[in-house]
Amino acid sequence: MAAVLESLLREEVSVAAVVRWIARSTQGSEDNAGEAAALSSLRALRKEFVPFLLNFLREQSSRVLPQGPPTPAKTPGASAALPGRPGGPPRGSRGARSQLFPPTEAQSTAAEAPLARRGGRRRGPGPARERGGRGLEEGVSGESLPGAGGRRLRGSGSPSRPSLTLSDPPNLSNLEEFPPVGSVPPGPTGTKPSRRINPTPVSEERSLSKPKTCFTSPPISCVPSSQPSALDTSPWGLGLPPGCRSLQEEREMLRKERSKQLQQSPTPTCPTPELGSPLPSRTGSLTDEPADPARVSSRQRLELVALVYSSCIAENLVPNLFLELFFVFQLLTARRMVTAKDSDPELSPAVLDSLESPLFQSIHDCVFFAVQVLECHFQAMMGQLSAACSHSHFVRLFQKQLLQMCQSPGGAGGTVLGEAPDVLSMLGADKLGRLWRLQERLMAPQSSGGPCPPPTFPGCQGFFRDFILSASSFQFNQHLMDSLSLKIQELNGLALPQHEPNDEDGESDVDWQGERKQFAVVLLSLRLLAKFLGFVAFLPYRGPEPPPTGELQDSILALRSQVPPVLDVRTLLQRGLQARRAVLTVPWLVEFLSFADHVVPLLEYYRDIFTLLLRLHRSLVLSQESEGKMCFLNKLLLLAVLGWLFQIPTVPEDLFFLEEGPSYAFEVDTVAPEHGLDNAPVVDQQLLYTCCPYIGELRKLLASWVSGSSGRSGGFMRKITPTTTTSLGAQPSQTSQGLQAQLAQAFFHNQPPSLRRTVEFVAERIGSNCVKHIKATLVADLVRQAESLLQEQLVTQGEEGGDPAQLLEILCSQLCPHGAQALALGREFCQRKSPGAVRALLPEETPAAVLSSAENIAVGLATEKACAWLSANITALIRREVKAAVSRTLRAQGPEPAARGERRGCSRACEHHAPLPSHLISEIKDVLSLAVGPRDPDEGVSPEHLEQLLGQLGQTLRCRQFLCPPAEQHLAKCSVELASLLVADQIPILGPPAQYRLERGQARRLLHMLLSLWKEDFQGPVPLQLLLSPRNVGLLADTRPREWDLLLFLLRELVEKGLMGRMEIEACLGSLHQAQWPGDFAEELATLSNLFLAEPHLPEPQLRACELVQPNRGTVLAQS
Amino acid sequence: MILTKAQYDEIAQCLVSVPPTRQSLRKLKQRFPSQSQATLLSIFSQEYQKHIKRTHAKHHTSEAIESYYQRYLNGVVKNGAAPVLLDLANEVDYAPSLMARLILERFLQEHEETPPSKSIINSMLRDPSQIPDGVLANQVYQCIVNDCCYGPLVDCIKHAIGHEHEVLLRDLLLEKNLSFLDQLRAKGYDKTPDFILQVPVAVEGHIIHWIESKASFGDECSHHAYLHDQFWSYWNRFGPGLVIYWYGFIQELDCNRERGILLKACFPTNIVTLCHSIA
Repeated sequence: MAAVLESLLREEVSVAAVVRWIARSTQGSEDNAGEAAALSSLRALRKEFVPFLLNFLREQSSRVLPQGPPTPAKTPGASAALPGRPGGPPRGSRGARSQLFPPTEAQSTAAEAPLARRGGRRRGPGPARERGGRGLEEGVSGESLPGAGGRRLRGSGSPSRPSLTLSDPPNLSNLEEFPPVGSVPPGPTGTKPSRRINPTPVSEERSLSKPKTCFTSPPISCVPSSQPSALDTSPWGLGLPPGCRSLQEEREMLRKERSKQLQQSPTPTCPTPELGSPLPSRTGSLTDEPADPARVSSRQRLELVALVYSSCIAENLVPNLFLELFFVFQLLTARRMVTAKDSDPELSPAVLDSLESPLFQSIHDCVFFAVQVLECHFQAMMGQLSAACSHSHFVRLFQKQLLQMCQSPGGAGGTVLGEAPDVLSMLGADKLGRLWRLQERLMAPQSSGGPCPPPTFPGCQGFFRDFILSASSFQFNQHLMDSLSLKIQELNGLALPQHEPNDEDGESDVDWQGERKQFAVVLLSLRLLAKFLGFVAFLPYRGPEPPPTGELQDSILALRSQVPPVLDVRTLLQRGLQARRAVLTVPWLVEFLSFADHVVPLLEYYRDIFTLLLRLHRSLVLSQESEGKMCFLNKLLLLAVLGWLFQIPTVPEDLFFLEEGPSYAFEVDTVAPEHGLDNAPVVDQQLLYTCCPYIGELRKLLASWVSGSSGRSGGFMRKITPTTTTSLGAQPSQTSQGLQAQLAQAFFHNQPPSLRRTVEFVAERIGSNCVKHIKATLVADLVRQAESLLQEQLVTQGEEGGDPAQLLEILCSQLCPHGAQALALGREFCQRKSPGAVRALLPEETPAAVLSSAENIAVGLATEKACAWLSANITALIRREVKAAVSRTLRAQGPEPAARGERRGCSRACEHHAPLPSHLISEIKDVLSLAVGPRDPDEGVSPEHLEQLLGQLGQTLRCRQFLCPPAEQHLAKCSVELASLLVADQIPILGPPAQYRLERGQARRLLHMLLSLWKEDFQGPVPLQLLLSPRNVGLLADTRPREWDLLLFLLRELVEKGLMGRMEIEACLGSLHQAQWPGDFAEELATLSNLFLAEPHLPEPQLRACELVQPNRGTVLAQS
Repeated sequence: MILTKAQYDEIAQCLVSVPPTRQSLRKLKQRFPSQSQATLLSIFSQEYQKHIKRTHAKHHTSEAIESYYQRYLNGVVKNGAAPVLLDLANEVDYAPSLMARLILERFLQEHEETPPSKSIINSMLRDPSQIPDGVLANQVYQCIVNDCCYGPLVDCIKHAIGHEHEVLLRDLLLEKNLSFLDQLRAKGYDKTPDFILQVPVAVEGHIIHWIESKASFGDECSHHAYLHDQFWSYWNRFGPGLVIYWYGFIQELDCNRERGILLKACFPTNIVTLCHSIA
């Protein structure tokens, strides 16, 4: 075997020939004679080559990677000699790390420390391009962990395994031939209990062998408790069993790397150990050296081996692709050599070229090799996708995977998709889920890079970014852009649920969360897709160098402006703004633009976009909130993302500051829909924090101040809570809370499932009822307060009442703080209601202890559910209800602020037998129409009827059972018209033909009745000034002889009863003079005015004064 | 008050081209003494509205408006105190209030610089004192108080009647101890019946979830419109229900009982409620 490698290294055979040789048993026609000769002699060993190569690499790497979990090696025949290997000593002395299938032994990997943290990943051969170097945190390598020592070679092994004849193809799936790792061989050798790790089956013969779980990780919860050291020392608190690496775990590993990088990026040179860090081991002081391509010891040899190795991978000659990838990643992330000093550093070049010298002599070699393999591999993968359709298929897969991984709960930001803390599922989830969450919390970067971090690819996203970079395939990128553009357009145009303001009840508050969630999913998907689209689209143009200036810039601009945009984002933005969907469109557009290169903001097309965004930014004034405007949190989200965008270095600062006077009010198309997404409360705080994690910096800053640690050093207290119940106020200490959750879990474990269902059901219902109860009590009270405050406000501010939006703000600022009571009330409600419900639903025979525990858990869960909802929504709820109340009140006021002031109801004794208002209006209307005419000669009303009518009016006004404000307003107006007709003696009276006019006394009596109604019974305003309107006064003009006394009488009574002020009447009389009247009428009117004005303020004795007016004008001013 | 289609048609026949005045109503009452005054008025009003809807357009051509306006001007020049506008409306078979609006609009167009807004017109019709021309103010007022089918006063009466019957129905429900939800529209709901029963009842063998009060006569036209705009929506959302046409309805329209819309002309007498004690 080694001979093959050696001849390869001596360049006697080409890599291609070797690969062909391995892959096909027959000699290829394209092989040249020399190669064929060299290889044919080794023909018998062909099948063993790949396992040899793999084991060789594992062995070679053992010095570099002693601490990590082993990558299982392969060997086809256990007892096969290794002819090419001189001396061939029994393995294990040095190659302990990886020979999982040594000829005679089964190696235990028990108590192996998991590959917990990998140091800063290096990409490419450059000297740690991405980072300045390895920081202190890299001290958390496995070797510092006590568990690392647990991996050791298992015994000396027994050589009793039957050897295979070389002609037999190895059956890797045969578990007899390839016993699972760690399984006790049929000998007395294995004594130590070990974890069982099975190899991946590679052939269809699997069905013949015993069913095995191969290379899958057993459920975490099954980790035997007998290995606490391995689990507890893991810095991640995640007892991942060694060797159980699936693709998912690979990604996880990548994610860890990313998180770590992210953490470090703001302060690359001085990583400070965080104070209060839960990871004491992080303060370790091991130093690592950065990989340096210049210090690679045997470049050519490494390249060749890498080529062979990656060719084997590419040809699927290795059983498990991901296993090999894992191995390569281990090399890539290796920290330092442990046994480097054992070897002679002064090896001669000749030695270097043979297998005698170690392949990996330094960390530089490892990284170089890994990089070679990776580049070969990914490029090879892309190379295979020659046909366009394969590209598009692959791109679809890529995109799907991207969305799935980066948004799944395991992925970055997955858990913050708007999920309310769900303790039920916490309880219901297995330990794995809980550990995942804990891990998330632990791993989440403590600092996201200050309030304006550069665009990054956290978590799984880093993998996809690296994939794109490593593949560096033009076709792939093009297809990817096409696919991303299409998906973005599709999602951006998705009809999301519209806010239905008319459909609100207790349920809908909770239900609306569903819509919000849907929005969040769409928005986050869009952002992710747009981010990658931006990344790929601007990738060719991005560079670290500052933007070119002068002529060069002009020529670049001229060139670039000819390139059509990858996606017509300008149009999408315009449409989004018009359709009031900015809250959906802008955040993803920002993601897209955040990857723009320096030239982009200078291009006219993008300049337009930035201008639009700037205008939008200016128009989003948070304090302005009114009907038809954007919701507060929607605005906040847009402000946050836009603000972030404007701070990105590629966006020139002058763009923001020099943009001359963007129109202040952002003009939206007038035909825009009344209710776009912008007006719907689609953004909640969680989404805001998810999209703009840097907002959390504020909190961290405050937290660090509170905890007394320095905010500058980035140190701040970190709270670790396995359950996300921080919003509930005072809580038992974290550990006891976790313990409580475990106890609850344990409690249900041995109870019938119905008990758990009952408790969950009760908690869910009581929690929901609690919210409704708070709505009906606390919130309703606040709304009532709002209404009365509003009334006060309207009275003090006069008829205008001020701007409704402003009124709302004032009210909300007064009332929303009261929402804080909701939590206490909610807690009290759940405590009061839950136990009874649990008791009623559980069998009576339930033991007392079980019952009381069940009750307590139900109380806790219900409280949690209710309080979580309340703390998140109470302010918005109060705000919404108050808003509705305000608009209701303002509407009810109508054009005339009639509803003001206290309205009296019927008296207690009222039996509601009064005539109906509609009937009265109709009756009065008939009288008015008779008076106004035209009428038949026999038509008229009797004085009794008039008197009866006014009496009925009084009854109706006093009963009020059926009276609505508009009816009262019309009755008031009609009564004033009636008075005017009485004063002008225009009402046709039925009776003996001679007496066609109302007697003065009758008229006065009727006017008195009216005055009393106006004074006592009308609760709304009566338009008495109409009595002196030109039209009504003009009625007098037609009468012959004119009689002014009733008018004068009426005016005096109005003043006397306080119904009208003298000044008011004077003003009305004054304005009457301006109308055009017949000459004599004007004179009489002037006389009346003078008379009224001349009267002293004492009312009664002056009644006769007007009767003194000289009668020589043919006018009877006083007749009574 | 429940009329057969034939009875209804007979009444409707008498209403063709009858002006909506006090006098017409009086004559109608004399013609059908057995029918209630409210029912007759409701039928008259609805028939007249149908008539106006049919002929509305022809009164709104610019030629028609111009010709009416000239006739009005000529009329008031001759005698401003004569019922020029009212006579004109009756003559051309148009509602007096609508004629008043037409002429007022035309007048304001001529006298004001900017075309009058709808709210200004409405305000002037509600309070003709605001009309700058005294003669026109009187003419408009005369039209309004003499119109039984249109105008702000009639609108208010109709609104009041509707409100009163809702109050009446609420009292009846309270009296029968039937709990209900009402005022839902005030709470922001669209398309909800006047009353939603919290516990359904049965009326004449039909389950009732909601009750809608209609203070009008249920003729074909209005009933079909209500079915389309309201009742089927209620049915969709709340299940079967009861509509009370307080002023009666055409018997033949009560054909959706099985499908879930029950018609009554008064509050039902035999209401079967859910018995809680199962003996």
